[in-house]
Amino acid sequence: MTADFELSPERLAKVEHLRDRYPTTRALCIPMLHLCQEQAGWLSPEVLAYVARYLGLSVAAVQGVATFYTSLFTHKVAPNVVWVCRTLSCELRGAKRIQEHLEERFGCHAGQTSKNGKFTLLKAECLAACGGAPVVQINERYYENLTLEALDRILEEHVATSPIAAELGLGRGA
Amino acid sequence: MANPPKLISARYGIAESWTLKVAEAHGAYSVAREVLRSRKADDIKAEVKASNIRGRGGAGFPAGMKWGFVNPKPGEKVYLVINADEGEPGTFKDRSLMENDPHRVVEGCILGCFALGANTAYIYVRCELALAIARLERAIEEARAKGYLGAKPFGVDFPIDIHVHLGAGAYICGEETALLNSLEGYRGEPRLKPPFPAVKGAFGMPTVVNNVETIAHVPGILEMGGEAWSKLSRLPGDGGVRLYGVSGHVKRPGIFEGPVGLTLREMIEEHGGGMLDPARPLKAVIPGGSSTPVLRPQDIVDAPDPKHPLHAWHGRSHIDVPMGVDTMRALGTMLGTCCAIVMDSSVQMVAVARNLMRFYKHESCGQCTPCREGSGWLVDILGRLVEGKGRVEDVDLLVEVANNMTGNTICAFADGTAMPMLGLVRKFSAEFREAASRGLQSSYRLDHACLSQVERAA
Repeated sequence: MTADFELSPERLAKVEHLRDRYPTTRALCIPMLHLCQEQAGWLSPEVLAYVARYLGLSVAAVQGVATFYTSLFTHKVAPNVVWVCRTLSCELRGAKRIQEHLEERFGCHAGQTSKNGKFTLLKAECLAACGGAPVVQINERYYENLTLEALDRILEEHVATSPIAAELGLGRGA
Repeated sequence: MANPPKLISARYGIAESWTLKVAEAHGAYSVAREVLRSRKADDIKAEVKASNIRGRGGAGFPAGMKWGFVNPKPGEKVYLVINADEGEPGTFKDRSLMENDPHRVVEGCILGCFALGANTAYIYVRCELALAIARLERAIEEARAKGYLGAKPFGVDFPIDIHVHLGAGAYICGEETALLNSLEGYRGEPRLKPPFPAVKGAFGMPTVVNNVETIAHVPGILEMGGEAWSKLSRLPGDGGVRLYGVSGHVKRPGIFEGPVGLTLREMIEEHGGGMLDPARPLKAVIPGGSSTPVLRPQDIVDAPDPKHPLHAWHGRSHIDVPMGVDTMRALGTMLGTCCAIVMDSSVQMVAVARNLMRFYKHESCGQCTPCREGSGWLVDILGRLVEGKGRVEDVDLLVEVANNMTGNTICAFADGTAMPMLGLVRKFSAEFREAASRGLQSSYRLDHACLSQVERAA
């Protein structure tokens, strides 16, 4: 077991701010899990236990919610998560090639974390951006109409300008 | 035909159209201000009913009728919930509304709340759409600061507030009762109906769940009047204008607005700019999101009976039939979201089936056995076919598994999985049988036709 998890005061204030929006406390569960993930990167057992305690729910209930949703991570991920959409519209426009390129660049398969530990590569189901296929989502941003060259450029810029770049000592490339 | 003026996408393409200042300079909130101050709730409901608007989320249920089902008992609070969990493969229209014109969504919610007697609206947005979420949240703050939301919107004594609620990545949460469970903080598993949401929805209260595009049409409907708006459509009983989307093998994939009743040929050739490569003709098109069975250009409408709903198009290609809820149903498919996936002659339909069924297997919530197991079996069988490990009986097995899924589950997801599967086998049975005996070429890939485009240097 690692040390107990706690949300930062700013994020806790956000949770409290949301309370008035809903007639039940339980409705805070998913918004709170999002805030925890934003802070911790993923939802470890300690995080789930913390949310359960805070909202007066069983750990099993919170875990049931967390494991249901694709965007909530119950396994550790790298600081950057790269989603490649592989559903039909993207697939027709080159999504598999995009994935192969990322696998080669990262030195890992989809579902794994890059050799340097900076990126987790995941296959996504429809990101609802079919008109811009092929599409990749890196953390919170969508990148559309991709070519391999554009993708390389984006990855380098993304790492260089990401808010955690300095903290991680990143300057260039994956 | 001259292009009619744009309504729902009127503010698309204007610089900073998502800010209150710009949106208001181009007409935002003028309808809500006038309507809240001078008209009655029942009057608004009557206009929406007269507009003949069919829900834009895919099922095509008459929205005016849905609004009419809400009849709260004393002490019950009514909720309006907006479904912005867009994720049906091929569909990408709602995102464009939230990113380009969030104030139209907010104005629609204000009108919807007022008409339904709801003081609270929740907009449930899939969490991946970060820009749409940011713009909606900002639009709500701006509207609140101006006094368009809050205790007295436009000075009228009827409090309205709107909240954005984030999903967490689950296609099934587009099903309205799964969405409500998710909103309440539970796993997104659909609920047994009845009770329907109009009776017992969000937090056990009477609730209307509308698609983003549906609610965003409400200001336009009230501005023109329901009847006049309805007549913008080319089809009876299915009113107005709508957003269309086209993706896949066309020159210009994208979103555009048009009257209800455009044909797939118009979508592909006029709005999509034609096929991506003229050397590779149209093979198949999925008309309205992946759950709608596929259509082929060579299929001809056979409706000699004057009473047949498709008689007017007797002898024409399926892709020349106007797209409406009833016409598409008569063709054996569905209108769905009106966002088409276009496939050219390079595409192998067994591979398409495997791609789509993988989606459904991943997204099945797992609550009902026929859906959870059936979607998995379909993927396994299709995998065998693709890899050349199939048997001739596998084609029949696909049909049998799909048939066992339909009508046997809590929600429509299983039908939405089985119908496109059955459609593909029916229309391309020779390809499936061929794959069962020989498999696909090992080098085959769905992105074959676009490889050079992805690999080209800028």
